Amino acid sequence: MSELIRWSAAELAERLTAGDVSSVEAVRAHVDRIAEVDPDVHAFLHVAGDAALARAEQIDRQRADGAELGPLAGVPIAIKDVLCTKDMPSTAASRILEGWIPPYDATPVARLRAAGLVPLGKTNMDEFAMGSSTEHSAYGPTRNPWDLTRIPGGSGGGSAAAVAAFEAPVALGSDTGGSIRQPAAVTGSVGVKPTYGGVSRFGAIALASSLDQVGPVSRAVLDAALIHDVIGGHDPLDATSIPDAWPSMAAAAREGAASGSLAGVRVGVVRQLNGDGFQAGVRQRFAEALERMAAAGAEVVEVEAPNFEHAISAYYLILPAEASSNLAKYDSVRFGLRVEQAGSTTEQMMARSREAGFGPEVKRRIILGTYALSAGYYDAYYGSAQQVRTLVQRDFDAAFEQVDVLVSPSTPTTAFPLGQKVDDPMAMYLNDVTTIPANLAGVPGMGLPIGLAPEDGLPVGLQIMAPARQDARLYRVGAVVEALLEAEWGGPLLAQAPQLGGTRSPLQFAATPGTAPAAGTGTEPDGGTR
Amino acid sequence: MATDVLMGFDEALERYEPVLGFEVHVELSTATKMFSSAPNPAAAGAESAQPNTMVAPVDMGLPGALPVVNAQAVRYSISLGLALGCSIAPSSRFARKNYFYPDLGKNYQISQFDEPIAFEGSVEVELEDGSQLTVPIERAHMEEDAGKLTHVGGATGRIQGADHSLVDYNRAGVPLVEIVTKPIYGAEHRAPEIAKAYVATIRDIVRSLGISEARMERGNLRCDANVSLRPRGQQALGTRTETKNVNSLRSVERAVRYEIQRQAAILAAGGSITQETRHWHEDTGTTSAGRPKSDADDYRYFPEPDLLPVRPAPELIEELRAALPESPAVFRRRLQADYGFSDSEFRDIVNAGVLAELQETIAEGAAPAQARKWWLGEILRIANARGVDAGSLVSPLHVSELIALTENGDLTDRLARQVLEHVVAGEGSPEHVVAARGLKVVSDDTALIAAIDAALAGQPDVLQKIRDGKVQAAGAVIGAVMKAMRGQADAARVRELVLERASA
Repeated sequence: MSELIRWSAAELAERLTAGDVSSVEAVRAHVDRIAEVDPDVHAFLHVAGDAALARAEQIDRQRADGAELGPLAGVPIAIKDVLCTKDMPSTAASRILEGWIPPYDATPVARLRAAGLVPLGKTNMDEFAMGSSTEHSAYGPTRNPWDLTRIPGGSGGGSAAAVAAFEAPVALGSDTGGSIRQPAAVTGSVGVKPTYGGVSRFGAIALASSLDQVGPVSRAVLDAALIHDVIGGHDPLDATSIPDAWPSMAAAAREGAASGSLAGVRVGVVRQLNGDGFQAGVRQRFAEALERMAAAGAEVVEVEAPNFEHAISAYYLILPAEASSNLAKYDSVRFGLRVEQAGSTTEQMMARSREAGFGPEVKRRIILGTYALSAGYYDAYYGSAQQVRTLVQRDFDAAFEQVDVLVSPSTPTTAFPLGQKVDDPMAMYLNDVTTIPANLAGVPGMGLPIGLAPEDGLPVGLQIMAPARQDARLYRVGAVVEALLEAEWGGPLLAQAPQLGGTRSPLQFAATPGTAPAAGTGTEPDGGTR
Repeated sequence: MATDVLMGFDEALERYEPVLGFEVHVELSTATKMFSSAPNPAAAGAESAQPNTMVAPVDMGLPGALPVVNAQAVRYSISLGLALGCSIAPSSRFARKNYFYPDLGKNYQISQFDEPIAFEGSVEVELEDGSQLTVPIERAHMEEDAGKLTHVGGATGRIQGADHSLVDYNRAGVPLVEIVTKPIYGAEHRAPEIAKAYVATIRDIVRSLGISEARMERGNLRCDANVSLRPRGQQALGTRTETKNVNSLRSVERAVRYEIQRQAAILAAGGSITQETRHWHEDTGTTSAGRPKSDADDYRYFPEPDLLPVRPAPELIEELRAALPESPAVFRRRLQADYGFSDSEFRDIVNAGVLAELQETIAEGAAPAQARKWWLGEILRIANARGVDAGSLVSPLHVSELIALTENGDLTDRLARQVLEHVVAGEGSPEHVVAARGLKVVSDDTALIAAIDAALAGQPDVLQKIRDGKVQAAGAVIGAVMKAMRGQADAARVRELVLERASA
């Protein structure tokens, strides 16, 4: 394994600029890594090996010619398959879009390319981003690099697993109810859901338009910030894009890491997001993280957000309602899978194509949403859900009058085994209880690793939330927490992840569920608490 | 299709009171579409295009594409709302109207539902006898048009019997304003006339605002006419039908009349009216059942999450209000004075629905009296014979060209009528027709003199009579000369020359 795949994007970028390494070398190392481990991990749906190498070569040549290049030029990146890419299939992990190549790039992708980042390929996800485990991908699940028998989170399990397995230094994700932050938590990586309107949604295949946000996935807070700076900012192609200028997220992250101090920062612990239902090891690591933050000068207080309890119910009305409408376009008339039979009507063709093209979770949510919007039920379901949404927003407003950031565990549990919840939608939905409120309110949230749960040796994540438009605050605080913990660990948490590839095979892992924790955690598994 | 039983119009009115309502869709003539940067086929001067060449990803409903509101369409909609006397909402919202149909790329239409941009207005409509009627406006809202389906393989071009359908999304996303009236009571026997006058007034308003091409035959302006009847003395409204596809002023009038007669016959026979859409058939002058329509149609409306509410600045609204042209009624009074028409002359023009054409023709340089003569004369005659609106036959530019050709003596009236027929047939401009068909008046005296001398030589008795001072005898020679010239001569000039040659 080439050492360079372990570098952060920031480090790689510096070495590219310094000429220590070429973009071709960087891309080849990652493509090789993908070839080595992705048969096990299955983070990618499409690998753009040749195109990526060609682009890297071009950037190296430009650099040699003395061209002005962006600071991240030549750095490879993985892209969630929910984002449109004009040179790669964009399927949202659905059969209905199998092989579909859009005639345009999503704005975040276009901005990455313009900055010289090199797309490595498209990452796996739950179909149309509906799920928390990547098991709802039409092309098979992604596996957690920490334990190949476990889920990598979802819907953006592919992007999180790709960075956690060192197949890419950074990736793009999308977050509708936690699809960036939850996979980050269970794979020990970093993920940010920006303020709603902070990153353009143009070219992001819509799940729920009022909740979706595109954001960065990485192994380090600074890397996420660097990508955020590239993809963020106003886009006239998205009417919900915020027109204001943004401060540099990377500057905020660097400032935080350099100062190492949280003096004067008021940190609110959301009482409703840290209950008895949370795994013991998750609560333990969370409590320790709070202690570290307090030791660094933060004022840690408990805050109430009473309406967060209803957030998940509201979310599972609003999301399916919008999704049922957003997914109506997949009717086989203009693009995508078409199932035709001689003599059938257009309606029959549409129905058969949708029947064959959508998976069961997608159908479930379309039906839920159609029902929630129906005449006679609208007020009771969609209408009240929007009222709850307003109440959740008010809870945030009230909380942010008292504190600068809110924190919670990113997820109630560590990564659960593949197959455990796939047939139990309610259990799967409850997995997002911590992350959903931020989407309902449009505020930014970050997930970052804070250690391994003692009982299973799997990563635990911290969620930090800030008021809308205060994304930079997340990066500053996140960078401080990261620096404190890495100093303690002696390096990134992912350095403790098991080696992948070589002699191991997924079958071996499947045969031994409950793999022992990685060395160096210094704790014994105490058995599952779930 | 079964033939409907109709009750006589007068009898229907004796027994039932008609209540009307209209939904008029106006295609705005913005350069680009409502929510995309694709060129707008309803734009001023837009050429017709190959199918699916005027489309953007949004219009095709491609994944990841997002709508962005056309600011010019919003300004046009505000101007229209103001001209309809409506209040302009400080904040209005788009909503999704969800239904599956292949002409709808996203399988939902972005429209305005509970928060339209303009509401509560009224329009003054002038009737043929010069009286005025106020039509109450409920709302005017913005939305996008759908594409067009062509059904192939069947005998009728309709979906029944077709083996496949083609979709053209060029029209998908064309900006529309839908103007909805409140129920119109008290129309009585003038209901058909009111229907026509109302639509004509809307057409005049959007034309004066310059926000739509407003050509009904091209679908720039489309009227859905709602008609219900209630027995005399009854308070509750009857069940209504919504007649669609009414593409001319004349058809609006006929369709309303037809529905009144059809519904009256059903009610009188003890039947009940089905709430449904009806399709107007121009050729047969009848309506036929479309799809059943109930108030419980479930479009699963919800606020469009891809768009922010529309919040026009109060200054913008005031700016647009200040820029409103005078109302069509005031404008007409001014035009009448400018053109020097009598009240009855002017009313004839308005009632014939050719005021805008006349005005444009005059603007192109024609004398008002000449313009009036052509539009109310030959053009209206052809239009009536064909059952179409006069404005759809020939452009004002061509009419003014025709008038210029008669004024300068290139065409006689009779030749001009022939040229008009060729222009209507699509052979090009009058100049072009004259050149291509050699229909110009022979103004070369040499040719005329040769013909006159021949005619005089053939009729020595007539020559003698003229020489004896019986000038009216010249008529016979003039007739012969005009015949020889196949009508392409100016009769007055021929007369002059005949008298000249006879006394030579």
